[in-house]
Amino acid sequence: MRLLALVDCDNFYASCERVFRPDLKEVPIVVLSNNDGCVIARSKEAKAMGIKMGVPWFQVKTAYLAQGGKVFSSNFALYGDLSKRVMNILDGMVKKIEVYSIDEAFLDLRHIPNKNEAYEFGIYCRNTIRQWVGIPVRIGIAPTKTLTKVASHVAKNINGGTGVCCLSDQKNISHILKTLPIKEVWGVGHNLSRQLNQLGVYSAYELAQMDIRFIRTKFSVVLERTVRELRGESCIQIENHSEPKKQIVVSRSFKNRIDNLNELKPLISNFAVRAGEKLRHEKQKCSQVSVFILTSRFNKQLQHRGFDSFQFPFPVDDTRSILMGANNTLNAIFKKNYPYAKAGVLLSQFSHPAFIQKSLFKATDQQHLKQDENLMQTIDKLNVTQTQIYYASQYPTGLSPIQKEMVSPKYTTNWWELPMTK
Amino acid sequence: MTINYLGSISANDLPATFTKFFVEPVSVGFPSPANDYLESPIDLNQYLIKNGAATFLVRVSGDSMLDANIADQAILIVDRSLKPKHGSIVVASLDGDFVCKRLLLKPRLCLLPENSKYKPIYIQHGQDLDIMGTVTAAINKFE
Repeated sequence: MRLLALVDCDNFYASCERVFRPDLKEVPIVVLSNNDGCVIARSKEAKAMGIKMGVPWFQVKTAYLAQGGKVFSSNFALYGDLSKRVMNILDGMVKKIEVYSIDEAFLDLRHIPNKNEAYEFGIYCRNTIRQWVGIPVRIGIAPTKTLTKVASHVAKNINGGTGVCCLSDQKNISHILKTLPIKEVWGVGHNLSRQLNQLGVYSAYELAQMDIRFIRTKFSVVLERTVRELRGESCIQIENHSEPKKQIVVSRSFKNRIDNLNELKPLISNFAVRAGEKLRHEKQKCSQVSVFILTSRFNKQLQHRGFDSFQFPFPVDDTRSILMGANNTLNAIFKKNYPYAKAGVLLSQFSHPAFIQKSLFKATDQQHLKQDENLMQTIDKLNVTQTQIYYASQYPTGLSPIQKEMVSPKYTTNWWELPMTK
Repeated sequence: MTINYLGSISANDLPATFTKFFVEPVSVGFPSPANDYLESPIDLNQYLIKNGAATFLVRVSGDSMLDANIADQAILIVDRSLKPKHGSIVVASLDGDFVCKRLLLKPRLCLLPENSKYKPIYIQHGQDLDIMGTVTAAINKFE
């Protein structure tokens, strides 16, 4: 039987914070989102204290700190580096890997002949990553992607277990699925699970027993695939995610609310400039720039969510065009006297830069295009480490109204922040 | 001989396959006899790091390992994939702090400083010791 594995890092961001802080071995750890707004990761100990995922930090701060919990602002330089190490190690162990997110990867175990050896491989894999990088992982092994998610879920919930769960024989799988609520099944969201509950379907096992044609006609082919996968029929393949990005988003929450255009404009310009840099880094051109501005969801009186887009007549990667589009859009969606808490710029509708649509009204002769391209390249080069060239509409402080008061050192990516011996 | 200036060229403007021919300034006289023997420059990473995914850098503070040629502020190359042996220099966490010492497994578990000013640390029952990894090299900078 062909087996797949899902490798999933335990409480990844919190575990990363622990790698270079042996003093925090059993201390509760939470990691906050950009601007220190919400809790986005919790160690086992913090979960045990009842800290919920996504809870606003100000709501739990006092009680959490009083009980000796430790808090960190997010340090994506560190998480990104440790993630890359984990993925590199996994890549060296199997022929095919799909990096699914910063802390999850699917592995193809077709080179492993049987389930006992697959289990042994799981143990080896887990020990190696623990030893080499210092990150704990759990591993779910099963014949389909959806079942590897189930196996990983089981591995997490066996206390003091090996962290590896292999679900391969049908009896075992049925037994587990009977205890699993459908909302825990990969791809079954909140709404879908409510609809299925109304039909009297509660466990993953009951879902797996449903009639395929009924599922396809009453729900979707996506759910049909999930049902087949629960039955052990592999429908979702392991893919290489090397395809280029489809959109670029730069957004921030503000520490203080902003209710006037003069203050908001330079921030939007900063986002647009950063988005342009990312776009050129990806070697793409975009045909649409969108802007969104949001008030806080905790402010019930004055709520406004503004979103609109600007369409370019031909694909661009020039920051000056993006700025023009973003500023026009902002002017159109901004409402006076609303306390905005978050804003962002989104670039989409990408096409390859080699493709240049000739414009009737704009001079697109090669020399001008080349000059514009050179200008952007030169500015990008000058601004690599710190912003030295600004567009007039920007805040000269760069992009960083980011609030990160409790960020840990960049232990693995900065010479001046290496871990120290005592 | 007259020379016409045709413009400047930077390695970035050229496709990768052509770069090789222009790493030396193009001379108008004889072509460099070395051009056929070009090799990539020496890479310190290649010398110092065997297993990149498991290798971390740690900065030393203090002089407790001076006799092992590890000075204050030296940068240690720590390979977490090597199993520490009796006599290996290691970075370990002892009661929550990172230390760099020589590891002795017999007759008793001990972290040995390499400087007579400091005493060996015998690990007591109940002390929390984790070996982070084996030190494979130390870089002391002089200037």
